[in-house]
Amino acid sequence: MATLYLSVVVLIPLAAVVVKAVSQSPSSFWQQVTNPVSLRALAITLGASLIVAVVGGVMGTIVAWVLVRDRFPGQRFINALIDLPFALPTIVAGLTLLALYGPDSPFGVHLAYTRAVVLVALLFVTLPFVVRSVQPVLLELDQEVEEAAASLGADNGVIFRRIVLPALRPAILSGSALAFARCVGEIGSLVLIVGKVQIASLVIFADIEDGAPQAAASLSLVLIMLSLLVLLAMRRLGGRVAG
Amino acid sequence: MLVSRRAKWSLRTIALVYLLLLLVLPVVVVFAKTFEHGFSDAWGWMTTPAAISALWLSITLAAIAVPLNTIFGIACALVLVRRRGRLAAFLDAFIDLPFLVSPVVVGLALTLVYGIHGWFGSWFAARGVQIIFAVPGMALATIFVSLPFVVREVAPVLAEVGDEQEQAAATLGASSWQTFWRITLPSIRWGVAYGVILSTARALGEIGAVLVVSSLVAGSTLTLPLLVYQRDSQIGAGSITGAYAAATELAVISLVVLLIMTLLGPGRHESR
Repeated sequence: MATLYLSVVVLIPLAAVVVKAVSQSPSSFWQQVTNPVSLRALAITLGASLIVAVVGGVMGTIVAWVLVRDRFPGQRFINALIDLPFALPTIVAGLTLLALYGPDSPFGVHLAYTRAVVLVALLFVTLPFVVRSVQPVLLELDQEVEEAAASLGADNGVIFRRIVLPALRPAILSGSALAFARCVGEIGSLVLIVGKVQIASLVIFADIEDGAPQAAASLSLVLIMLSLLVLLAMRRLGGRVAG
Repeated sequence: MLVSRRAKWSLRTIALVYLLLLLVLPVVVVFAKTFEHGFSDAWGWMTTPAAISALWLSITLAAIAVPLNTIFGIACALVLVRRRGRLAAFLDAFIDLPFLVSPVVVGLALTLVYGIHGWFGSWFAARGVQIIFAVPGMALATIFVSLPFVVREVAPVLAEVGDEQEQAAATLGASSWQTFWRITLPSIRWGVAYGVILSTARALGEIGAVLVVSSLVAGSTLTLPLLVYQRDSQIGAGSITGAYAAATELAVISLVVLLIMTLLGPGRHESR
């Protein structure tokens, strides 16, 4: 029963995309994936996703650190707030960014329809991944080891590089990998604000609307392969996909 | 690691300013924009027939997707954790796919199978059932994107509680149904609840996949997120306020979701 449900909803449709993409000559597939529009869209999407994975990894680790090791009033509230991007519909996130950085921005910052706003949207949407992946590891981390290192004369830089970072590395990497995968396919938060910046998912959407399912399927296949690569990489890291 | 006072304060400042700019400010702005022209104006936009029908459609889609995914999720988690074997390996390999595939690709995939020229679409069309560009297709899209949440929340809890109590119940003569209702389900209830909340949030907020398979007709195939999208792209007096009003409705729902998540959070960890 479970297999049937998974097949009807997930596997057969995804198989249909793959079949649609490969049921053409290799040269036509190649042409659809490497034409200037697709290539540009893939380059922008991958570039933005990489930047967000790195920046989100660093900032997420700092946020997790402050939430675990620091104590200040309102901390529980901040901690609850981290999950907001999971709870808030992505279109609302997009609309808020339009309000903040759009034509009638209250601060006179006009980022809408540029690549910068794509980064902000993606950082918003993927914020919880790294924080929620690093937080539990940091909680479990034995502070006695750090104290021992300090008593042996290690300064904070050495302690962080030799003791804290190695322990956190798998969690940071798996959180960043998840964020990266999410960015590659993201559309909801971007659909209102990207303007003419072509990202891969919007090119696919435009192809579907134009009645060109084969072109859409070809680009989709590239995205699916990327997703599978990320999935495999995460299995290697022993990470789990979480909410 | 004993961080100096200055380092502690600067880290705290960096983290809080980052969160303020990234999370708090945008949400505040949506509320401000919604009520810019007064409460009654915003209320008017929230209670147009299109807005009410969009709210109902969003709730209906969640009401279809979440129960189905919950039943599937519990069954699937039981197979993954308790059975092992080939079926488990198969499920384990594919269960995360919906998280990793772009929502637009989901929409395309459903169109290729259930659309009028799709693999099964013509069979349904011959019987007068329209799936794509109608509510059934949107329900399928919603199920797709919210599928793994319950499994991924329940599986670790199930692994943690172990099966000793279930075995004890079985040796005392309980049927497998009795064991499930009396022993298994109560021990995983927090995991299930958390998974249900996450799936509900995703189901209510989904736009990418639903956008592809909806005909975007107000009153029949517009969900609340699609209404935001449509009103934003409309040119007309104040329709952007309408978009903000619909966004505020969604934001209020998600704040409630967040509150429930926070309340469930500790219970979820106790049961692990």
